[in-house]
Amino acid sequence: MSQVLVLVEHTDGALKKVSLELLTMAKAVGEPAAVFVGNGIDAAADKLAEYGAETIYVADDAALTGYVVAPIAELLAKLVAEQSPIAVLIAATATGKEIAGRLAIKTNSGVLTDATGLSSDGGTVVAEQSIFGGATVVKSSATQGTPIIAVLPNATPPEASPAAGTRTPVSVDLSDAAKGAKIVDSVVEEKGERPELTEASIVVSGGRGVGSADNMAVVERLADSLGAAVGASRAVVDAGWYPHQSQVGQTGKTVSPQLYIAVGISGAIQHRAGMQTSKTIVAVNKDREAPIFDLVDYGVVGDLHKVLPQATEEVQKRK
Amino acid sequence: MKIVVCVKQVPDTWAEKKLDASKTLDRVSVDNILNEMDEFALEEALQMIAAHSGTVTVLSMGPDSATEAIRKALSMGADGAIHIVDDALKGSCAAVTSLVLAKALERIGDYDLVISGSEASDARTSVVPAMLAERLGIPQVTFVNKVEVDPAAKTLKANRITDDGYQVVEASLPAMISAVEKMNEPRYPSFKGIMAAKKKPVETLSIADLGLEADAVGLSGSWTKVNDSADRPPRSAGTIVEDEGNGGAALVDFLASKKFV
Ligand SMILES: Cc1cc2nc3c(=O)[nH]c(=O)nc-3n(C[C@H](O)[C@H](O)[C@H](O)COP(=O)(O)OP(=O)(O)OC[C@H]3O[C@@H](n4cnc5c(N)ncnc54)[C@H](O)[C@@H]3O)c2cc1C
Ligand SMILES: Nc1ncnc2c1ncn2[C@@H]1O[C@H](COP(=O)(O)O)[C@@H](O)[C@H]1O
Repeated sequence: MSQVLVLVEHTDGALKKVSLELLTMAKAVGEPAAVFVGNGIDAAADKLAEYGAETIYVADDAALTGYVVAPIAELLAKLVAEQSPIAVLIAATATGKEIAGRLAIKTNSGVLTDATGLSSDGGTVVAEQSIFGGATVVKSSATQGTPIIAVLPNATPPEASPAAGTRTPVSVDLSDAAKGAKIVDSVVEEKGERPELTEASIVVSGGRGVGSADNMAVVERLADSLGAAVGASRAVVDAGWYPHQSQVGQTGKTVSPQLYIAVGISGAIQHRAGMQTSKTIVAVNKDREAPIFDLVDYGVVGDLHKVLPQATEEVQKRK
Repeated sequence: MKIVVCVKQVPDTWAEKKLDASKTLDRVSVDNILNEMDEFALEEALQMIAAHSGTVTVLSMGPDSATEAIRKALSMGADGAIHIVDDALKGSCAAVTSLVLAKALERIGDYDLVISGSEASDARTSVVPAMLAERLGIPQVTFVNKVEVDPAAKTLKANRITDDGYQVVEASLPAMISAVEKMNEPRYPSFKGIMAAKKKPVETLSIADLGLEADAVGLSGSWTKVNDSADRPPRSAGTIVEDEGNGGAALVDFLASKKFV
């Protein structure tokens, strides 16, 4: 059976949920082969095998992660040439999409971004993408090369499907061009115990209506009662009420959780761009005319400072 | 310094809302604007040449109507523009767009920096800058909110926004930068700027001028294709309730009905 390469997202071996989702999707169209770059394979290998990785290509050369994007694309290009996979799956994060883009140019292959599903059509891997804010679903394929597909997190629930997980070391002689942009420092913002924004199955986001940095605690409390990640509109981030990593929207993160709760957010088009593929959308806003209500499955017109504490208490009561 | 700024004309971001209401997709009647993100790229370039001297050339691939976006960029202060217009380009995918822009950049030659927006608001792929860096073989310094260039040493140092923080990146020039909207505050064109823009040079190039064949670009040259499209049943109108003292509890009832609680 033909391999489907899956680029693994992880932090020192702690796997991101999206990688297991990608393995699950790969399994449906071919034989999953994980590509693990960086440190920590010992912590990750069992789980990768459990979720279907027949092969795990391991590349732990520090140079691969010491420069912006290009080295990983070079490694993947080498694997594509050697293994002739039927597709390459990469998480549709900002960096993931850039790796996909460079890999596409290197291998003369079509790239399909923000896929929400995969299927196989006579051996050709077809990606499902949802466009125009989820109103239209298109099925697209690559007309040349190996389809390089950037898949949105939360596209499918991960399913265990034990496989061999045979480790195969790989390496690549990086070109000078790949070492053009050197990462001299990496600053990771403290995010506490909450789930990662793009990975979370529930996201509660606060907007300008929250009123102040201190008031973001109201949003956090509801989020914590639901085990959710906390997001924010740009207005909140620009005001310095919440870190920029939490911005959802066109220039922030694209999230696609099972449940998105927008609190004190008007629903500007740039905000909607980052959340409108969420499966269920709920909003709390005091203005009945706020555009966010056009999107919701359930909306409460009211003061968030009354509605949220009550909701938080109610969730806790029912646990 | 010689800086090239890539700009794209896109449908007005609010246009989508109009489409939602009428449920038809009428791109022709939509207002077009300069992609907002590209204004940050241009502003950064203008600030750089104010500090270090040099020229800013705007590069855009798009239909005739894109001249409006180009004029806006010129009225903000760019020195000149190159506009790639060709009927054959209609429907080009990101890979082809990056090919055409790369050819144009090779023709321009000896640039120190290429600056783009980090995302065009219409297609929202965010891959053109990375593809362009790959094709040009120059360092990729994308999603930047802060950059310092040293034209004498031909180096730059930038902060690149990542999913969980930021990276400090060093590269030599020439390099490719993409701007995020936290980078600066784009200026409004002044009246003087608008008048001056009318006299600034705009060079128009066809794909033949770039040594490209018609079947290598546009829909026919595209590296991907849409096989099939279907309208999702529209989101059924949601339930909206007024809070009369029990809004929070009602919300949780809804969440429980969907098994989130
Ligand atoms: C190039 C560009 C990129 C952008 N990218 C993004 C992006 O990535 N993400 C993003 O979010 N925005 C983005 N924006 C900004 C966007 O246009 C909006 O300005 C922003 O989303 C507004 O944030 P908001 O909804 O929190 O604030 P507002 O629009 O001010 O809305 C606040 C809402 O809170 C409600 N409210 C006030 N008080 C209460 C209360 N007590 N209880 C309940 N409700 C209350 C109000 O009714 C109002 O609807 C971008 C803009 C540009 C130009
Ligand atoms: N047709 C084009 N002409 C000029 N620049 C473009 C074009 N398409 C994309 N770009 C640049 O690439 C950036 C990212 O676009 P995209 O990858 O399409 O989201 C934009 O902000 C522009 O700066």
